[in-house]
Amino acid sequence: MNKLIKQITACAFASVLSFGLTARAQAVEVQEVVSDGGIRAWLIEDHMNPLMTMDIAFTGAGAATDPEGKLGLANMVSGLIDEGAGEMDSQTFRGEMENRSISLSFDAGRDDFSGSLTTLTRERETAIDLLRLALSEPRFDAEAVERIRAQIVSGLKHAENDPRDIASRTFFKSIFGDHPYARPVSGNFETVANLNANDFRDFVRRAFAKDNLIVGVAGDITAEELGPLLDEAFGSLPDNSDLPEVSDVTPQFGAIDVVQQDIPQSQAIWGQKGIKRKDPDFYAAYVMNYILGGGGFSSRLTEEVREKRGLAYGVYSYLADLDHAEMMMGGVATRNDAIGQSLSLISTEWSKMKENGVSQEELDNAKSYLTGAFPLRFTSLGNLSGMLVGMQKEDLGMDFLDRRNAMVDAVSLDDVNRVAASLMDPENVTVTVVGKPEGDLAF
Amino acid sequence: MRIPENFRSKIRSRLAVTLLAAMTIALAPGVLNAAVFNPQTATLENGMQVVLVENHRAPVVTHMVWYKVGSADEPEGVSGIAHFLEHLMFKGTDKIAPGDFSKIVARNGGNDNAFTSWDYTGYFQNIARDRLDLVMEMEADRMTNLQLSDDVVLPERDVIIEERRSRLDNSPGALLGEQMRASLFMAHPYGRSIIGWLNEMEQLSTEDALEFYRDWYAPNNAILVVAGDITMDELLPMAEKYYGVIPRGKDMTRKRVKEPVQHAPRKVTMHDPRVGQASWSRYYLAPSYNTERAADAVALDVLSEIIGSGTTSRFFKSLVVDQEIASSVGTFYNPVAVDLANFGVYAVPRGDVDLADLEQAVDGEIAKVINDGVTQDELDRAKQKLLDSAVFARDSLSAGARVLGQSLAVGLSVDQVESWPERVEAVTIDQVNEAAKRVFDDKKSVTGWLMPSKDGPITGGGAALPITSGEGVH
Repeated sequence: MNKLIKQITACAFASVLSFGLTARAQAVEVQEVVSDGGIRAWLIEDHMNPLMTMDIAFTGAGAATDPEGKLGLANMVSGLIDEGAGEMDSQTFRGEMENRSISLSFDAGRDDFSGSLTTLTRERETAIDLLRLALSEPRFDAEAVERIRAQIVSGLKHAENDPRDIASRTFFKSIFGDHPYARPVSGNFETVANLNANDFRDFVRRAFAKDNLIVGVAGDITAEELGPLLDEAFGSLPDNSDLPEVSDVTPQFGAIDVVQQDIPQSQAIWGQKGIKRKDPDFYAAYVMNYILGGGGFSSRLTEEVREKRGLAYGVYSYLADLDHAEMMMGGVATRNDAIGQSLSLISTEWSKMKENGVSQEELDNAKSYLTGAFPLRFTSLGNLSGMLVGMQKEDLGMDFLDRRNAMVDAVSLDDVNRVAASLMDPENVTVTVVGKPEGDLAF
Repeated sequence: MRIPENFRSKIRSRLAVTLLAAMTIALAPGVLNAAVFNPQTATLENGMQVVLVENHRAPVVTHMVWYKVGSADEPEGVSGIAHFLEHLMFKGTDKIAPGDFSKIVARNGGNDNAFTSWDYTGYFQNIARDRLDLVMEMEADRMTNLQLSDDVVLPERDVIIEERRSRLDNSPGALLGEQMRASLFMAHPYGRSIIGWLNEMEQLSTEDALEFYRDWYAPNNAILVVAGDITMDELLPMAEKYYGVIPRGKDMTRKRVKEPVQHAPRKVTMHDPRVGQASWSRYYLAPSYNTERAADAVALDVLSEIIGSGTTSRFFKSLVVDQEIASSVGTFYNPVAVDLANFGVYAVPRGDVDLADLEQAVDGEIAKVINDGVTQDELDRAKQKLLDSAVFARDSLSAGARVLGQSLAVGLSVDQVESWPERVEAVTIDQVNEAAKRVFDDKKSVTGWLMPSKDGPITGGGAALPITSGEGVH
């Protein structure tokens, strides 16, 4: 998705599409705004309250591109660019934010570097200026660097013994081997100790550019007002990012790993091959997963593991898509002497889904939930602006909100059962268990 | 990236701890001279309160029923029964089969969940406005017609025990918090975990649950709160049709013991091999909006904002930025309670800093507050931040419903919620300083030290890799 922002037009809407929920409520209109300087953003106007949220992403600038030996670089930069920029040291910069009720934060995922800004209309100009400074003139003062380093190290120490962290760390190492996805987003004690201001500046220069920027905005602002703010925030970024390519990877599934820890309840996660977001069968898989383990109290896994037998508080599965790999994953936590039983039940459901698929009634129920609950996502501005970034990143189109429920409705019983037969792979599931499991573990 | 949203969003019960986070945003509402949520209210003939917050952004509603009963109302020996009953409310009536409640909501495009706290228990559904009558009918049905038998109750008892393991027993930090509360409240039931003591949970029975249900679940002990795309003219007839026909129950009063005078500071130290990062915390007994010295509570809201909220707060600036002794520090305070509240301070040491040195530094900051008070500039900035937060609270569909439900459930009035900004605005420096002197009383405090095993921590293999949650737009 590194092809955004090519044309330069006057601030204007390329198009306006409306997502009519009902005649009665306000329709959700997605507008495309292209600034004088050629910065493009998607916008949902909503003037109910005097505030605005902006979500941004720099695609391909996540932790997967951290150089070997500098693991945790993107993550540490995400903690530092709002800790002093331009003429302002950290306390001055943070004071500008907090005293004006502006929230600005950044986050490094595996694939992307993202940011999120929320501001009252009253403080919009300052908020945009702070965003600009964070992206283009971060200071990396020694005080802030050492302080954030100490926070990250503190987080690493905690994660070292946290059962869920151990489980995911072990799992990702197991399935991704030497690929960058196997590496910790926050780095490790050694690499974090060695990262320095030169590394951060180099990252900022390479990672924040117009060609990998995605912007989503929601709230109390018009397209005309947004255009100039886009230029102010992002106009000084370089045209092109300079980031290493991350290779596609086929995760290796089939291992069962146990990490011994003296806790009363074993934490298990598992995963198998997944399906690409762009695959024409994605929604069939999505509906299938809802029925299997994505649908909370309506899911088969919850019914078998929790409702009938009381073996867990939560049990779930989900489709996990990264830019270069896709998985179908799940998790459960059960007392040590029964975790084997939970996994065995889940394994049975995995096979049943592959062999028998779903019933028409299950399909109908899944569709009525997934389509009916879609408007529940439109209840806060933060949800909206975040969704606009996701839609652009995944190339879903401006009319996605209009088309989405139809895509769910179009899934047929044959589609789900065909996808279940080909996708579900009970013979090749990787399971990671952290705890003191008793008895045999198998999937 | 986060720990799987799935885990959090698919589970049924939330404890008060998770609500607290929402509340510090949500119950910090206010814009000068403006009401906060502008709710409309009514009362049904059977005593059930009705509250509506209109919000027409999307054609959806949040429908909540709050019962004025929580874990602090449990009889001795059956700790956890309030929360257990909350789970069992999904186990059916003569009309709805066990486990079907949530499935019916889902089939109609809705989400549902429930939560239990010390003072209240709540049930809610988020759903399209044209399905409101359906969920209302089901919620009204289970207010009086719950059917329970051992074959559904006993597996669910295992579920809440697994829930306890997930939330507490697998987490040394949470276990220490449980020990600290038990020490902070020497007599009051706020000292018990909402989820219950394990030994008592293991003995909870169907009859225990039904008895608690019969004692507390009735329209005159319940509050209906709806937020979303509906008017009072549409809501009230519906509420009368489904809830209004339920006969009023007996009068209910909470019988709470009073916390005695406390005479000595307490300290709880926990060593656990699972602790990788040591941490320090302290709880002080504090007034709530309902107790003696309730006037102090708003001043303490302001105090907490000044000394412990965000990265430019007084404690953060001193301990994290200037002294470089902590990697994080903050305070928390939630005065929405029937009885006493808890003013908390926490800090994580930086690097190899000893907890004793960290404690001394925090105590130094607290002493400065007691001796020198806060400044006018600090007061003004804190007030502005608190007042601004109302706009953010109004943006969410459910925040208003939650704040109002919680406040009414502990016995506050709608006016007390709506006038909160004015009361914040009226707080003076003297009030903050006097309230601080009263709350920072060591004799009414518990200090917690969370430390690695004396043999040193277990060393794992490098840093954590967050789990990929099913993020993205689907």
